[in-house]
Amino acid sequence: MLELIVISTLNGVLFGMLLFLLSSGLTVIFSMMGVLNFAHASFYMLGAFFGYQLTKWIGFWPALILAPLLVGAIGMAVERYGLRNTHKHGHVAELLLTFGLAFAIEEIVSMIWGRSPVDYRVPELLDFPAFTIFSTNYPAFKIFMLAVSVLIFVVLLIVLKRTRVGLIVQAALTHPNMVAHLGHNVGRVFMLVFGVGCALAGVAGVIAGPALVTQSDMAGLLGPILFVVIVFGGLGSLPGAFIASLVIGLIQTFAVALNGSLASAFGPLDPSMGSSVLTDIWNVTIAQIAPILPYVLLVLILIVRPMGLMGTRET
Amino acid sequence: MTDAARPASPIAATARSQDLKFYAIWLIAAIGLVALPMIFPSGGSLTSFSLIGISIIFALSYNILLGQTGLLSFGHAVYYGLGGFAVVHMMNAAAAHGWPIPLPFIPLFGGLGGLCFAAVIGWVMTRRAGTVFAMISLGIGELVASSSLILRSLFGGESGITTDRTALPHMFGWTFGPQIQIYYLIAFWVMIAAIAMYALTRTPFGRICNAVRDNPERVEFIGYDPHVVRYLACCFSGLFAGIAGGLTAINFEIANSAYLGAVQSGLVLFATFIGGTAYFFGPILGAILVTYLQLGLTSLTSVWQLYFGIIFIGIVMFSPGGIAGILMMHRPLIRAGTLRTVIPSYLIALLPTLVLICGVILGIETIARYTANQGEGNAINLFGIPFNATAPSTWIVAIAMIVGGYLVARLTWRRIAEAWDRATTGARDRGYLA
Repeated sequence: MLELIVISTLNGVLFGMLLFLLSSGLTVIFSMMGVLNFAHASFYMLGAFFGYQLTKWIGFWPALILAPLLVGAIGMAVERYGLRNTHKHGHVAELLLTFGLAFAIEEIVSMIWGRSPVDYRVPELLDFPAFTIFSTNYPAFKIFMLAVSVLIFVVLLIVLKRTRVGLIVQAALTHPNMVAHLGHNVGRVFMLVFGVGCALAGVAGVIAGPALVTQSDMAGLLGPILFVVIVFGGLGSLPGAFIASLVIGLIQTFAVALNGSLASAFGPLDPSMGSSVLTDIWNVTIAQIAPILPYVLLVLILIVRPMGLMGTRET
Repeated sequence: MTDAARPASPIAATARSQDLKFYAIWLIAAIGLVALPMIFPSGGSLTSFSLIGISIIFALSYNILLGQTGLLSFGHAVYYGLGGFAVVHMMNAAAAHGWPIPLPFIPLFGGLGGLCFAAVIGWVMTRRAGTVFAMISLGIGELVASSSLILRSLFGGESGITTDRTALPHMFGWTFGPQIQIYYLIAFWVMIAAIAMYALTRTPFGRICNAVRDNPERVEFIGYDPHVVRYLACCFSGLFAGIAGGLTAINFEIANSAYLGAVQSGLVLFATFIGGTAYFFGPILGAILVTYLQLGLTSLTSVWQLYFGIIFIGIVMFSPGGIAGILMMHRPLIRAGTLRTVIPSYLIALLPTLVLICGVILGIETIARYTANQGEGNAINLFGIPFNATAPSTWIVAIAMIVGGYLVARLTWRRIAEAWDRATTGARDRGYLA
């Protein structure tokens, strides 16, 4: 039991940090431009596939740098030539543009790399067990993933809070006109922030690709959970996104590891009752309902606290 | 804004002839629906018409939310799918217990299924509009789609639940076995649902929906609760989506979890938005186009969904009014008689734009064949002209067509914009355009 708790906590924090790499970019982009980037998970997927392809060509370490840069460049192009032109039609049009983009990116990826998973392996340098707890080998690559996510989190925090660039970005969040009057190119700031957010998603893709499955439906699987995270945390709130990422990461990891059901807790139902919805619910294990837990959380938080965990606005 | 939402302009004909025109349109639509299978009697076209009819109801129901109330939903297939399951369970129960419910009334239970779910979940969902509503609808959609795989006894797991539409009591001697009878059943419900939804846009409730879309704050000031209005719109939308889902279940004699999924939600959004959300007939156009493309393209190319995505992005970026919006833009020009100023520039732009589109299609198909089957034959047959995906010449032709087409087309598009300005100025001078 203790083993399960330790391992699941480690995995949960890891998944939570990965989620935060994505949700932080999404949140900053949302609070800056009012655009919910539906294609954010698609940029994560692009990161994974670019990482796979570049690893094949030039090795994992250059890919770790190059793939996010590529993804960031694509993100900037999307902002410059897509979103900026659509802005005049309102937020719904912008959201729809990113929705169409997510759809198109998934199709392009499955057109180029196929629909089955690609063989994206952990680099040899990190392909060893880091330590052994209670007879379970914990892979070094996962420790590396955790280290990269924490490092990026810290760097992001320092850049946003302690540097001049961060100051301008923060000011542009709330007072874009004033920042423009002071002589800063707000359009370029927006483009850069969008690019950096997409690049972060790309980093998450490159490091998550070998550990999870790199497949053309990975964006479709992660995307909805990502939106749950940011609605749960409160739209536009970075600390909220952080807490929500960890909460959802931990809940999902623990749920997958647990095998209990109502039947195992209270004994099986009388078989004479036959098959019904009740028997379905009675026999389903916690591991089986793990995929729907984030959405249940979403509905609960909307009933209890509609603006989300740390949200302030009631749009 | 529906086309009927505009007050009759002073130049337009009298209200009486407007009324006649209005009834004539519905009458022509009804006659068209009856006559279609006589003109195209083949089995394949009957199946296509049935699917198009269903998707027209579905897209119109979606437009109650998106176009009329301004709610962007990413989980509309939930009501559609639950309607389908409600119908399948109802048909099986009716056949098992011998209830005297003929098939034509069965879609009502689908509507009831959609309505019930919307009534339960809608209150939480519609608390907020805009982006948050979009995210919540996405979450609810995923929740229901994933739950359907867990609740096997209700949703039949992966394989779904089958039914037999001929087991129900017959009506007017119709067994509803042959596709032609199912087509007429669907056509009947298309007419009923379309008239009902059109009537809904003309009621005070429909108008308040438009007001909630445009300015919820003002609506609160005049004493309506936007939350309640959004909730009611959600319920009506769920009702009609459920009818569409029920018809699908009758058409295929099966309901499975794919009906509830994100793909179905995405398709209805595409159909509605490509058609145009601002006019009542927009979603109808969109549903016809998207279903027709879906049926036609799947046999031609493996990447048909990519074309959908590209068309959708193009519409969002360049014509947010959709096809209906483009068509209706020309109405004042036709009335003012200045349309002929624009047409020559359209014709000039046609050729380079077509070259550009062909280049893009050739490029996409080349990449798709190049990566999909590197070992097998790489021959592409595009509009009857064979291409080889591995030959460099194909790639060069594609790139040349895209770049060259774009450069020339951009010049001609500018010409259109100039001609358009002249034409609208002319129309404004004659008082046909505000």
